[in-house]
Amino acid sequence: MMDLLTTYILHQADNALILGHRNSEWTGHGPILEQDIAISNIALDLIGQARNFYQLAAIRLNETDTGQILTEDDLAYFRDAQEFRNLVLVEQTNGDWAKTILRQFYFSTYQYLIFAALLQSPYTGLSAIAEKSIKETRYHVKWSGEWVIRLGDGTEESRRRIQEALKGLHPCIPEIFQAADFEYEAASLGIGILPEQIKAQWYEQVNEIFITATLPVITPEKESMQVLSGKNGVHSEQLTELLSEMQVLQRTYPGCEW
Amino acid sequence: MEPNPQSEKWPLWEVFIRARQGLDHKHAGSLYAADARMAIENARDVYTRRNEGISIWVVESNHIHASNPSESDSLYDPANDKVYRHPSFYHLPDELKNI
Amino acid sequence: MHSSEQELFNHKIDQEVRIEPKDWMPEDYRRMLIRQMSQHAHSEIVGMLPEGNWITRAPSLRRKATLIAKVQDEAGHGLYLYSATETLGITRDETIEQLHAGKAKYSSIFNYPTLSWADIGAIGWLVDGAAIMNQVPLCRASYGPYARAMIRICKEESFHQRQGFEILLTLSRGSQAQKEMCQDAINRWWWPSLMMFGPNDDASPNSQRSMQWKIKRFTNDELRQKFVDVCVDQVKILGMGLPDKDLKWNAETGHYDFGEINWEEFYEVLKGNGPCNHERLEARKKAHAEGRWVREAAAAHSMKKNNLNTREIYGTQSAK
Repeated sequence: MMDLLTTYILHQADNALILGHRNSEWTGHGPILEQDIAISNIALDLIGQARNFYQLAAIRLNETDTGQILTEDDLAYFRDAQEFRNLVLVEQTNGDWAKTILRQFYFSTYQYLIFAALLQSPYTGLSAIAEKSIKETRYHVKWSGEWVIRLGDGTEESRRRIQEALKGLHPCIPEIFQAADFEYEAASLGIGILPEQIKAQWYEQVNEIFITATLPVITPEKESMQVLSGKNGVHSEQLTELLSEMQVLQRTYPGCEW
Repeated sequence: MEPNPQSEKWPLWEVFIRARQGLDHKHAGSLYAADARMAIENARDVYTRRNEGISIWVVESNHIHASNPSESDSLYDPANDKVYRHPSFYHLPDELKNI
Repeated sequence: MHSSEQELFNHKIDQEVRIEPKDWMPEDYRRMLIRQMSQHAHSEIVGMLPEGNWITRAPSLRRKATLIAKVQDEAGHGLYLYSATETLGITRDETIEQLHAGKAKYSSIFNYPTLSWADIGAIGWLVDGAAIMNQVPLCRASYGPYARAMIRICKEESFHQRQGFEILLTLSRGSQAQKEMCQDAINRWWWPSLMMFGPNDDASPNSQRSMQWKIKRFTNDELRQKFVDVCVDQVKILGMGLPDKDLKWNAETGHYDFGEINWEEFYEVLKGNGPCNHERLEARKKAHAEGRWVREAAAAHSMKKNNLNTREIYGTQSAK
C-alpha cells in the first residue's frame, strides 16, 4: 500500500514523464528545424525531472521492504493507467502546434509555481529536485508564453487555432486546482502546498500573456467539478493509448534488461 | 488563397557565443528565427546544449558587413609593414625582466 | 585576373589553407560542395525519422532520454550543415525544395525500416560507425565552413556510436528473445551500412574530382575496408556474427576479405525504390507543409512588433 507522500511524488513524476513523452512525439516533425530542437530540449528536461522524482519514489517504496526492489523503470513501465497520477492536461494529444504550445504554457506556469513552493520544503528529497529543475522550468514558461503571443497576435489562422486550443484545453483546467488526497497530506505535513494556494497567481500570469497575445482572458469557473481527474487515476482514453505504446517492450518481455 | 512564400520567411541570424568569462564571443554558426528573442533561445538550444556558452549574441546576417578578400592586400599589408608594433622587433638585454 | 585567382585557389588547396566563403572558387567546386553539403544535411534530417520512430517505445527512461538526445543532435547536425551550405549562395529553403522535389539525394541507409528496438542499437553501432569513418577526414575538408561544421559534428558524434553498441551489448547478454532480436538487426543493417561508403572506386565518377579538391580525403573502398576490419573485431565482443559467409582474414593484405555487395539493391534504393523512400520523404513534406501556418504566424508577429517599434521611435503621423 503506497503512502500518500509517495503518491504526491509520483504525481510530479507522472506529470513530467507524460508531458515529456508527448513533446518527444514532435521530434522530426516540428514546424522548423530550430523548433524541433527546442521542443526536444523541453522533452529532455521533463524526462530528467521525471527520473529524479521516480527515483525518489522508488527509494521510499524500497524502504518499506516489500521484498522486490523497485526502480524508476518499474514505476514508469509497469503501472496501469488508473495508477498514474498526472493531470489530464498533460496526456492530451499534441494536436497542432497551437495546442502543444498552450498545453505547455498552462503546465509550465503551474509547475514553476509548484517548484517555487517546493524550494522551501523541509523534505530535502523534494526541495533538491525543485532546485535542480526550477531554472529550466522558468525557461519553459518563457518559451511557451512567447509562442502564445506569436500565435495569438500573428495571423488570422494562428489566432483561430489557438482559440480552438483554448476551447479544447479549457475543461482540463479545473482539475489542476482541485486538491487530491495526497496533496492534502503533503500540505498538512508542511512538505507541499495545496494547488488552491497558487490558483490566483496562475490565472494572473496566464492572463498577462493572454492580454499581450490579444486573446480573451480566462476566469476560474465557479465550483465546476471536472469529471475526469487524472490525479485520482481517472484518465482519458488518451493515456491508455499512450501507455500501451510507451510500455510495450517492457510488458512484452518482462524481467529483461535494456 | 495562394500561399505567399514570402510571408513565411524568417531572417537568417549569425550566432556568437562567449564560452567562458574572459573569452571573446566566437562565431558559432547561423540559424533561422522570426525575431531576436527566438534567435537567442534557438542559439541556446542549438549551440549551447553541452553547456558551451554563457553569453550569446545574435545578429541578422544581412546586418553583417564583411571585407572583400580581394581587398585584403590593401587592408592588411600596410599593417604588415609596421613591424615595430611587434614586441620581437626590439632587442633588449637578457637581464631585463618583467617587460 | 581569372588565371591568378585560379592559381591562388590551387595554391591554397595544395598548402591546406582553407577556402572561405567570399574567396574566389571554380564554379564546379562550388557546385560540388553545395551538392555534397546539402545532401549531408538532408541525410541528418531524414535520419531522424527511423530512430525517432522508437522514442515513444524506448524500453527504459535512460534509453528514452539518450535516444531523444541523439535524434536531437542529428537535427543540430543538419542545422550546422545547412548553415555552412548557405555560405555558398543558396538558401536552406532552396535546398529543402530540392529534397522534397526528389532532386536532391540523402543517404540511402535511411530508407530502411526500423523493425525492432535492436535496430536502434544496430544503427548506432553500424550506421553511425560508418558515418564517423566518413566524417573524420572531412574535418580537414578544404572548404572552411564545411570543415568547421564537421569538427563540431564529430565532437558530438562519439556518444552516438557508443550508445548503439551498448544497446546491442545489453541485448546480447539478455534473454533468448533479445539475443535473436540483436542478431536479426545486425543481419538487416550490415550490408546497407557497407553501401554507405558508396560505389566501388572504379564506379565512382565524382570521387576523383572530390579528392583533387580535398573535399574527400580517402576513397570509398579504403574507408569501407577500414570499417569492415574494425567491425569484425567489435562483433566478437557481442558474441554475434556478420551475415557474410565470405568474410575471411587475408594474411597477405592484412585485411578482411568480404563478400560482394548487391549493387542492384544499392541503385534501386538510390533511385527511390527502397522500402521507405516514399514514407520518409512524405513525412518531411508533411511536417514542412503543416508548419507553414506556424512560420507565417511568427513572421507576421515579428513584423507587427517591428512596425510598433518604428512608430514608437519616430512617433505617429498624427502626433501633432
